[in-house]
Amino acid sequence: MVKKVYLDYAATTPVDPRVIKAMMPYFAKKYGNTMSLHVFGREASQAIENSRKIVADYINAKPEEIYFTSSATESNNLALKGVAFANRQRKKHLIVSRVEHDCVLESSRWLRNQGFEVDYLSVDKHGLVDVNKLKKLIKKETLLVSVIHGNNEVGTIQDIANIGKLCQKKGVYFHTDVAQSLGKVKINVSTMNIDLLTASSHKIYGPKGAACLYVRNGVIIEPIIHGGGHERGLRSSTSNVAAIAGFAKAVEILKDKGDKENKRITYLRDYLIEKILKKIQDTQLNGDKFKRLSNNINISFFGVEGESLLLELDHYGIAVSTGSACSSKTLEPSHVLLALGLSPAEAHGSLRISLGRWTTKTDIEYFINILVKSVKKLRKISPAYVLH
Amino acid sequence: MFYTKQTLKHFRNPHNYGEIKNPDGEGEAGNIICGDLMNLYLKVKKTKNGVEIIDAVKFKTYGCAAAIATSSVITDLVKGKTVDQALKIGKKDIIDTLNGLPPIKIHCSILAIDALGEAIYQYLFKNNRPIPLSLQKTHERIEIGKKEIKERYAKWLSISKK
Repeated sequence: MVKKVYLDYAATTPVDPRVIKAMMPYFAKKYGNTMSLHVFGREASQAIENSRKIVADYINAKPEEIYFTSSATESNNLALKGVAFANRQRKKHLIVSRVEHDCVLESSRWLRNQGFEVDYLSVDKHGLVDVNKLKKLIKKETLLVSVIHGNNEVGTIQDIANIGKLCQKKGVYFHTDVAQSLGKVKINVSTMNIDLLTASSHKIYGPKGAACLYVRNGVIIEPIIHGGGHERGLRSSTSNVAAIAGFAKAVEILKDKGDKENKRITYLRDYLIEKILKKIQDTQLNGDKFKRLSNNINISFFGVEGESLLLELDHYGIAVSTGSACSSKTLEPSHVLLALGLSPAEAHGSLRISLGRWTTKTDIEYFINILVKSVKKLRKISPAYVLH
Repeated sequence: MFYTKQTLKHFRNPHNYGEIKNPDGEGEAGNIICGDLMNLYLKVKKTKNGVEIIDAVKFKTYGCAAAIATSSVITDLVKGKTVDQALKIGKKDIIDTLNGLPPIKIHCSILAIDALGEAIYQYLFKNNRPIPLSLQKTHERIEIGKKEIKERYAKWLSISKK
């Protein structure tokens, strides 16, 4: 059997066994609907409220400011569309960065078609937004600024406290997506002046199907899903109790063990980056070397196309991801890499390697060994690479 | 989007890759900006009966698994064929050999056909032989494409040529 090495934790994480254990009672035993008044309903409702408190505490929010959703995509849609529509009589201008996740960018484009005005905030070659540039884009009509905290592709961590400060001063709502950074960078919605925040369960060893949107008390927002009035009317849909309980358990584990884990993973990350750059010629690290998620590596291999490298590694049981056009449904290279100023060829040859809770040094050594061989093999048949 | 076993087989162990020194025909298709680039080299030989066949063929490809697999397949299909026979190879022949390609990757088979067409064009041109009208048109289309890319992406192309 082929050895399996998962290095795609930024795509999704396995569920921690402790999380699975915490979820189990909510499938066949405490299966009530949170809206029911009887004991089954109350049990379910209790589980949701406990979870709400755990998640709220972790980011220094109040429990009533946490709204559970099904995914980060849903939370981001709700943040942008919910705020835009609720305030459209007042202000109609939004600013989002060029390195947002597709769900933010697509939501902003949809809002544009609905008559809202959107400006896109550019980034420097490391993927960082310039607060002074943001300052210039903010105008009287600006309603909301949305900037991702830890970038999902290149791992760049934005200075959101500074952005939050500026937004607060200007009277503009500030939304940030922390799906990748939760548990890796300390988040405090109060000191960082965050008005809306998206977090997700399946990136932190919780199950898929649970996420949340933090909405600061007083922010004017309206639902995009209408129905029975769950989540205090902002997000109707029968609550996914087991998944939410799992999400909360995953957060508890982060609270407990997150710091230690980050140290271990950061060490492996830096070790791996150094080895790759040393052992393979004509490579470059994308993103910021220091302001970087503890588990993210993004490297371009000149003369090699990312999808073929991904599949070559896949043959050896190694799972990674790429920003290459060939692997995307649109046949366009990653908008994030292009926003950083990478040439299309550099973007095509990029690999994202993301580490996690169960990555070992042995995995890393195995990966390096196979990677060296794979790049060599593909470069040998590539007309775009001349040996020197 | 998943590849067939046959595609992965050709991708992992491509046939006839490499270069031919002093080829009788050499063709290039695609470009690094779009993410796939293929070079195809061929040698033509006269058999005892006086028929010209493609005797040797090699390729070099930068691109996704489908681009590499279709490159490998076309070299297999071309070997031993006359020039006329080679020009009749269509994308369907390549896709069938691979037991199918994901719809979004169909264009990769065209890359292989274009590179072959260009190599044959060069061979015919160099030897002052008549060029079939359809091949002439394909050649012109590819030339226009190359020119456009050069004009639009001059900056990136100069960086790419390390």
